[in-house]
Formats: sequence, structure tokens, C-alpha cells
Amino acid sequence: MVEIKDFIKNFAEQFDETEFEMITAETEFHELEDYSSLVALSVIAMIDEIYGVIIGANEMKSSVTVCDLFNKVVAKLNNGK
Amino acid sequence: MGNNPFSLVGKTILVTGASSGIGRSTAIECSRLGAKLIITARNETRLRETFESLEGNDHLQVIADVTKSEDMACLVQSIPPLDGFVCNAGITKRKPINFVNENDLREIFEVNAFASILLTKALAKAKKFNRGASLVFTSSKAAKIVTVGNSMYAASKAAIESFARSCAVEFASKGIRSNAILPGMVETPLVSGGMLSEEEMEQDKARYLLKRYGKPEEVAWAIVFLLSDASTWITAISLDISGGGRFVK
Repeated sequence: MVEIKDFIKNFAEQFDETEFEMITAETEFHELEDYSSLVALSVIAMIDEIYGVIIGANEMKSSVTVCDLFNKVVAKLNNGK
Repeated sequence: MGNNPFSLVGKTILVTGASSGIGRSTAIECSRLGAKLIITARNETRLRETFESLEGNDHLQVIADVTKSEDMACLVQSIPPLDGFVCNAGITKRKPINFVNENDLREIFEVNAFASILLTKALAKAKKFNRGASLVFTSSKAAKIVTVGNSMYAASKAAIESFARSCAVEFASKGIRSNAILPGMVETPLVSGGMLSEEEMEQDKARYLLKRYGKPEEVAWAIVFLLSDASTWITAISLDISGGGRFVK
């Protein structure tokens, strides 16, 4: 079972400066000061490594909140079953 | 037409990674200039598509996974002596350094560096390079100018750029030339793998003096030049083919 709270923790770990507490499911992550192409690639790599799902750059771009991204991961996991 | 130093008539040329992108385009352009091609790749369907696009007759296609020693041995045995060798097969994977893992790293180096080096060695040992042959190694601009997430690919391409120079030194006594090409971003299946968003690609293109990515044939034409007699005094160079990408950062 994939939990959003774990996902948020894994997501937050990809940031150097942004504190974990600052990130919630509703955070519009593209607006975070610390967000960069390296963070985006790290999130993509984290999702691949931990969830075994490939998220493309365009899907990252079209996700506004952390929850949007989580939902895409869940949808892909369900499709894979 | 008289003497045309850019012609490849009478030359036999091996191209690896010929099933798509720069490799496919190189094979096709070489055939148009009169070369006899031996093309190789792992994917049978896509390699056949390249083969069917070649102009002229007497070409040869060999399905081979150059990372497998038995495939490599078979390939080397089955081909005639070469006047040109385009060592081009390559793969990539974008991951930040924190996510580099041994499997990915080994896979990338296996294809981009190990197989290229070992195949070159096997061809040389089997005396498959004619006197005056030209070797062209597909390195990458990434060997010199890196971007985030590209460490594994960049390191492997730096290895092959360097190896091209070693070939130039060790094979010079046989009149064999060896050069590396360093393409910038080219619109091939390798870069359209979805790792850059469309917006990021547009921003990236703006960094090139010519404001666009290259086309596979634009790299192929440079390779053709290095294979032809028009470049007989050029060896041990790394040719930047990137629409002026190096000047803007």
C-alpha cells in the first residue's frame, strides 16, 4: 500500500534547503525557491527507485501539487497490476 | 565528375548502432556517397528498416549485441576488411549522482565504452582495418560540457573520446586515422526519451548559437567527411558538432 505521507517524506528528501515540514500534499512544488532541474530529476529518480514507476519530465511539469504527482504514481502502479 | 575527395566509392564501412538516430543516418548518407555498408545493431526490425533505406547494392546487415563476446566474435569473423569504422552504438540514462546505481552504470559503460573498445581491438587484431582506414567514434559534447543528471553518460563518452586518440596514436603507423565526434543535442530517439520537458528543451535550444538541436544527418555529414579522402591529414581530433553550442552557457 502506497501512503501519501511516505511519498511526501521521500519527495521532501530531494530538497537541500526546503524543510520537510514545509511540504504538504497541497504544496505547489514548482513554486518552491529550492526547486530546480536537479531536484526534478532527483524526484523522477526517487520515484523510479522506490516505486518502480517512470514519470516523464512532462508529467512532472503538469503536476501542480505534490498530491497531483502522487496520484500519477498511484495510477501508474494500478495500471501495472 | 572527375576526382571527388568526398566520395566514398570503393570504401567498405562498418557502422554500429545503425538501427536508429545518428547511426542510421550515417549508414544512409554513406550509401548515398557510394560506400559499401556493413550495419549492425541489436534490434532486428529497426536494423532492417535502415538496411532497406540504403542506396545501392552489396550491403550487409548483421544483428549483433556488441556487449556479448560471442556476438562480437561472429561479427568480426563475418565481415570483409574495412576502410571505415563508425563506432557509434550508445545508450543513456539520466540520473542525478545521488541515484547512480551500479547496474545502470555498468550497463552504460558496457555499451558506450567497453563494447566500443573491445570491438575496435577485435577488428584490429583480426586485421580488418585496411591501410589508410578511418575510425570515427561517436563521443558527445557531454564529454566536455556536462548538464545535471548526465554523469554516467558523460563519463562514458569522455572515455570513448580519449580512446579515439589512443587509436590514432597506436594505429598511425598503418596509416589508420582515428577521430572522435562530439555532437550536441541531436533529435534522435535517445534524447526524445522524455527526460526533458518540452519547455526545458526549448530553453536548451536557445543556448545554441543556431537556436536549434541538430538533425542526425547533420552529424552524419561530418562523419562522412572524416571517413572520406577529404580528411586524410586529420587524425586524433575531437570534432565539435553542435550548432555553436559551446559558446553560450
